Amino acid sequence: MSENGRRDYQGSKIGMWLFLFTELMLFGGLFILYSGYRSLHPESFHHASRELNVVLGVANTLVLLTSSLFAALALTSVQQGRHSDGAKWAWLTAGLGGVFLVVKAFEWGAKFSHGIYPGGKALLALPPGEGLFYGLYFTMTGLHGLHVLAGVVLLSVMALLVGKGRVHQGDCVVLENSGLYWHLVDVIWIFLLPLFYLAA
Amino acid sequence: MSYLDRQGEGGLYSWVTSTDHKRIGLLYLTVMTVLFWVAVALGIVMRLKHLSGGDFLISARAYNALFTVHGVIMVFMFVIPGLPAVFGNFFLPILIGAKDVSFPRLNLLSWWLFLTGACLAVLSLFTGSGAPDTGWTFYVPFSIRTGTNVSLAVFAAFVLGLSSILTGLNFITTIHRMRCEGMTWHRMPLFAWAIYSTGWIQVLATPIIGITLLLVILERAFGIGVFDPAKGGDPLLYQHLFWIYSHPAVYIMIVPAMGAVTEIIPTFARRCIFGYKAIAYSSLAIAALGSVVWAHHMFTSGMADLANIIFSLLTFLVAIPSAIKVFNWTATLYKGSVDMQPSMLYALTFVFLFSIGGLSGVMQGALGLNVHLHDTYWIVGHFHYVMFGGTGFAFFAALLYWFPKMFGKQYDPKPAYAAWALMFLGFNMLYGSFMALGYMGMPRRYFAHLPQFHSLHIAATVGSWALVAGLAVFYANLLIALRRGKPAEADPWGGKTLEWTLPSPPPPENFDKLPVVTEAPYHYNPKAPA
Repeated sequence: MSENGRRDYQGSKIGMWLFLFTELMLFGGLFILYSGYRSLHPESFHHASRELNVVLGVANTLVLLTSSLFAALALTSVQQGRHSDGAKWAWLTAGLGGVFLVVKAFEWGAKFSHGIYPGGKALLALPPGEGLFYGLYFTMTGLHGLHVLAGVVLLSVMALLVGKGRVHQGDCVVLENSGLYWHLVDVIWIFLLPLFYLAA
Repeated sequence: MSYLDRQGEGGLYSWVTSTDHKRIGLLYLTVMTVLFWVAVALGIVMRLKHLSGGDFLISARAYNALFTVHGVIMVFMFVIPGLPAVFGNFFLPILIGAKDVSFPRLNLLSWWLFLTGACLAVLSLFTGSGAPDTGWTFYVPFSIRTGTNVSLAVFAAFVLGLSSILTGLNFITTIHRMRCEGMTWHRMPLFAWAIYSTGWIQVLATPIIGITLLLVILERAFGIGVFDPAKGGDPLLYQHLFWIYSHPAVYIMIVPAMGAVTEIIPTFARRCIFGYKAIAYSSLAIAALGSVVWAHHMFTSGMADLANIIFSLLTFLVAIPSAIKVFNWTATLYKGSVDMQPSMLYALTFVFLFSIGGLSGVMQGALGLNVHLHDTYWIVGHFHYVMFGGTGFAFFAALLYWFPKMFGKQYDPKPAYAAWALMFLGFNMLYGSFMALGYMGMPRRYFAHLPQFHSLHIAATVGSWALVAGLAVFYANLLIALRRGKPAEADPWGGKTLEWTLPSPPPPENFDKLPVVTEAPYHYNPKAPA
């Protein structure tokens, strides 16, 4: 039990973990839809999945995994009192998040230019199962992309705060929580990659 | 000096920016009371319409909007947040001996989100191309095809859900981290246990409706196809996702109500609660079991028979922890010296009406009977017995119980008794008639009704007048007490939990010196185990 009024490190982390549970459930609803429709249309999911660019998907996975490493390094540096290193790693994490989004934008753009977007002519001409695949693809990677965007903003703010000395060795729970969030975003992508890119 | 009049902090601005959990509780109470009366007014218009079987008073289109908005406001803005947001906020920290919740600023943000969601919902009535007409369940495919303002209403529900999640997250952390010295888990008042169980449902179930509602918006805006049968989508999956949240949400509504009643009964029976641990853990059991019964809303939707049978069985099981509570409350009364103060009367009414609502729910869980009762007035009657007879009456009981503590004023008990008589009579006339109507075959949400249903519809409408008259007396009495009530004592009812050790109303930081707890709550009979 904590004393009231003092900063409660453990409490902040409990709060963050609860928030991460809600994120899991948020995506969980979409994973339920995915499993339902995939079992209804296994053939279509197979065909549609082949159209996605596996190379870019895997490249983006590596980008995110590396960024997670950087997020962990940022926290460790700050915990060890190496604040300028901490700020540097946090900036790099945010930067890799940006790279992920740019790659994602190119992927979406390529699909859009072929008329593959919700309501697009080429998409409507496909069998219903493939339409559902892309409906879920855009929804899930879109929602994930929004989370990456939020993470980029969050980690940039963290980098600034570490740089200014507002987050430091003695008080870095916000950085730790931001790192937890970033790892969650990473973990969700690790499920999205096989379900969409490697389903063929 | 109390939290109501901190020095130089009396203005509206100081209230809407306050992170004091007690002030936030009152902010919720204020907004909710207004919304409640709006929804009551909509309900009354619906009842007036049924004074005639055909075209009367309002158009069929307006009727659709009325039952939709009545449901949305009552469910998402009164019954779900009601007890946790008002009494949970105000009393949870005090009951566990804390000065505030774990995240006071997040708590204020929750209220602002709530206010935003409420405003958006009201706005959806008057903007766009007409008020939403889907019913509060927003079932697809109609909700993705209707031209009315569904997107805004759905987004409002999403924002309200976010508010609810943050409140639940805050309460769970508070209970884990902020209990005072000696306040072990098994010395916590049972209202805190109820809020804890509710918090878990809020955190784990609400995101599912969040994503489902977002999908409805995406479907309407971009046509992604996941719920659109024309594009291969399956509307049944919408129903699953909707009820995966919305059935546990029923327990978000009722578990804190049970918690409040569990505080009231020992105080006025002057007895230690019977079966403390059974009540505490049955709250958790309800939260767990209640998460796996959702498909009993869909027995007629065309699921596999095996799924129907499993969900029917699970539905019967969820009655057990609720029954445990009812038996324990009754056992607490046995050989107690019962003081029938208004709040005790309302709390016992909760037990009575909730039992009717709960047992009718068990009936509906039977597959054969469900086919006959599905989508009839029986269902409407059933959930009003649970939501209004249960949660509503518990809300009133809690308000009567804690009013002197919250405002430092004592109300006149006589009008509260009179209000009870009117409400109890009106309530049973209204919703008892509904159950009978449904059993005879009157479908819900119909604008018109056949002649053989007419007399019961008249009875229901007359009942609604008595009910509203009772509600008016109830609220008027408390408003008068706010202005002219006598100052309340610190412990007017002889309660044994920590809130009664504070002055009425409590000081800004609750406890000058944090308490040290040495015994179990409700310590009335000396022989009770500590």
